[in-house]
Amino acid sequence: MSTARTLETRVFTITRADLVRYAGASGDHNPIHQDEEVARSVGLPGVIAHGMYTMALAARAVAEWYPDAELVSLGCKFTSPVVVPAEGGVDVEIAGEEKPGEDGLTTVVLSVTSGGQKVLGMPKAVISG
Amino acid sequence: MPIDPSLVGRSFPPTRPYEVTEERVRAFAEATGGSYDGGAAPATFPIVLAFEAMNAFLEAEQVDLFRIVHGEQRFAYERPVVPGDVLTATLTVATLRQIAGNDIIGTTSEITDSHGGLVCATTATLVHRGAQQ
Repeated sequence: MSTARTLETRVFTITRADLVRYAGASGDHNPIHQDEEVARSVGLPGVIAHGMYTMALAARAVAEWYPDAELVSLGCKFTSPVVVPAEGGVDVEIAGEEKPGEDGLTTVVLSVTSGGQKVLGMPKAVISG
Repeated sequence: MPIDPSLVGRSFPPTRPYEVTEERVRAFAEATGGSYDGGAAPATFPIVLAFEAMNAFLEAEQVDLFRIVHGEQRFAYERPVVPGDVLTATLTVATLRQIAGNDIIGTTSEITDSHGGLVCATTATLVHRGAQQ
């Protein structure tokens, strides 16, 4: 009954152009996601993806795994910045394990990495249906 | 300048009503590489409302957005967001700590529809990087 099931890992690429588009769609125009100089001035290694961008990718993976399910909760910590280079892009890998719970709810324990490093802390979704 | 500790427990005025349209949902889905063919908005879409509430809070407290780094985000959903919803977000400052010259601000935003029904509650941890580092 309580066996975990491994879900098919998804890989998404983030580019600087994506961040500009996301800024427009989300209203988050924080320059640390677009301007190298501002990012470095606050001690970041370079332009970083919005944490919410990476979280949106995690949500997208969950939606692809469970197209008919309804989300009950979704959460994570933003533990490492995802640095997005000016040229090309950076890959984010989303792995998931399904853990059936009680009351018809299912917990999806995620692992979100970039370049082998975890970028989200304890990302988790709970779904029903 | 550190954040005023007396803010803990304070709620800010609700954001102006935001109409969820297919166009806005599609733009959001496509910006994160997805597609949208109707129905529920992507799970993180309510951040649009929460972000506006956070911006109003930062402006009121004269905090620069570029000094803010996102520490944590959680969503608890009552129901999915769908086009046609008219939503507002009300932000409350839940916690405030100072660590190594940074303010760690915990906020909760309740996102409600035009009937006052709770759609989603979302909590954020914001790290405000001090200027003198």
